[in-house]
Amino acid sequence: MNTRAILAIARKDLKVAVQNNGVVLPIIILPLILFVVVPWIMVYASFLAEATGTSTNMGQLLERMPAGLLHELSGYTPDQQLIAFTLIYMLAPMFLIMPLMVSSVLAADSFAGEKERKTLEALLYTPTTDRELFTAKLLGSWTAAVVVALLSFIVYAINANVAGWQSIGHLFFPNWMWIALVLWVTPAVAGLGLVVMVFASARAQGFQDAYQTGGLVVLPVILLMVGQISGVMYFSLGVVMIVGLVIWLIDAVLLWFASKSFRRGELMTKF
Amino acid sequence: MSSPVIQISSLTRRFGETKAVDQLTLDVQAGEIFGFLGHNGAGKTTTVRLLNGVLESTSGEAKVLGLDPQTQGPALRARTGVLTETPSLDERLTARDNLSIYADLYNVPLADVSARVDFLLAEFELADRADEKVGGYSKGMKQRLALARALLHKPEVLFLDEPTSGLDPVAARHVNSLVENLARREGCTVFLCTHNLVEAQKLCDRVAVMEHGHLVALGTPSDLTRQYVKRLDVDLEVDPAQMELVLPILQGLPQLVIGSPKREKDVLTLTLSGRKAIPELLNILVQKGLRVYRLAPQEANLEEVYFALHGETQ
Repeated sequence: MNTRAILAIARKDLKVAVQNNGVVLPIIILPLILFVVVPWIMVYASFLAEATGTSTNMGQLLERMPAGLLHELSGYTPDQQLIAFTLIYMLAPMFLIMPLMVSSVLAADSFAGEKERKTLEALLYTPTTDRELFTAKLLGSWTAAVVVALLSFIVYAINANVAGWQSIGHLFFPNWMWIALVLWVTPAVAGLGLVVMVFASARAQGFQDAYQTGGLVVLPVILLMVGQISGVMYFSLGVVMIVGLVIWLIDAVLLWFASKSFRRGELMTKF
Repeated sequence: MSSPVIQISSLTRRFGETKAVDQLTLDVQAGEIFGFLGHNGAGKTTTVRLLNGVLESTSGEAKVLGLDPQTQGPALRARTGVLTETPSLDERLTARDNLSIYADLYNVPLADVSARVDFLLAEFELADRADEKVGGYSKGMKQRLALARALLHKPEVLFLDEPTSGLDPVAARHVNSLVENLARREGCTVFLCTHNLVEAQKLCDRVAVMEHGHLVALGTPSDLTRQYVKRLDVDLEVDPAQMELVLPILQGLPQLVIGSPKREKDVLTLTLSGRKAIPELLNILVQKGLRVYRLAPQEANLEEVYFALHGETQ
């Protein structure tokens, strides 16, 4: 593998992507809302519920949660439980939207965007092999998605502890589940967004078209969120490890199919 | 001319029922500027793709620099440069970035990248705006930058797909002189796809004419004009006092002179049935007592060849 060429293509894709507001704005705005604004709203809502005496309703929500979760929260007082539940568990599935969104938006720009800008042909005439080209195209978007997710996680960890400090009074975030979520599930989810977008881009006319088609990939994450809020399941360490494993397996299968169809001749006609 | 650097034998590429390239056979010699002519859809771009291993052939064989494009594509593309029909530049990046990234892709030695990029930017008169985004460039500047990119790794064979398409005459002349210098000074073999016949006539040592994927003619521009252009325009100048005598004589020679002569001041332009008609006509005019000052054939050009061929295949 020609690593110099792979890094050059990845660098090119990222350089081009950051010039596109359609790519950059969601990457900045989404983590700002999810990991800076939302935690404070959650904590403020908890305090407000307590002050207005409606916290019993929230307590009822907790009562519907699986026993395992209640056990994990048993070390906290009832008021702390609400804050720990929202900051640790409720936002966990939402966190997965980050790598998914970043990888898919970058991949859409890298594959469909390249088609739209008519820049792919020159790339195909370079001495890179099909496999190098495919690896390079995935690498840039995947690395960026994982890095942005890690940075978001660090920002969120600081913010969650600061927001929850008044009620909990000690560092409570992250727990082992979050560590697994960030190091095991996040790279897998970034990969999922990427390969789905490779397929979407093959049929799309341009960046927006691909992004809209590939956007359906957030549906499983939304299902996980609903599952947790409704008390069907919760993000325990075990669940996170299993979810990660399933996504890695899906990635492997999709990646295999995508690499099979990633041939210069095919790209010349499809892209 | 030395050994062929491009050898094509019965090369065919189908897209469904359509044959984009059909049984193409030809050789291109080292150092040649080889014109590949044909209108849109004639199979020129498909041939370039096949010869660089970015498209698989349906049947037939090709060798470029002794390498098989189908099985040795990466090694081959390291030694060829391609200027695509659209410049295919990243317009959100600067010219310098565009070249630097492709220098990495073409494995230009790391220590040489900066100097090579600077040299090409200067050579193609882009140095002043090297750090501006390409999106703001004129079409001619983009085309020059794309050509510079194709030359980063000093290719042995350069494929140019409509290099002057859409350029103004000044920019087109600039690009053509760059191409000519490359071939004549640096010995680079140039495979020039174009439908600009004037350009091909000026630049090319040999040309191939394609029609619906078929090769319909191959040779030097002068060979082709001799072979395919049967009629010949000549300028005739006689003593001005005898001008009124000439026209009736010419009208009486339908086997030699086709149509009516056009007169401009003291010069008549006639269309003859062929080159062999020149001495016959001259002989008759002299025998009739005319003082002939000049009987000069106009050189036929590729445009006439092209339309003659087009007429034949239609």
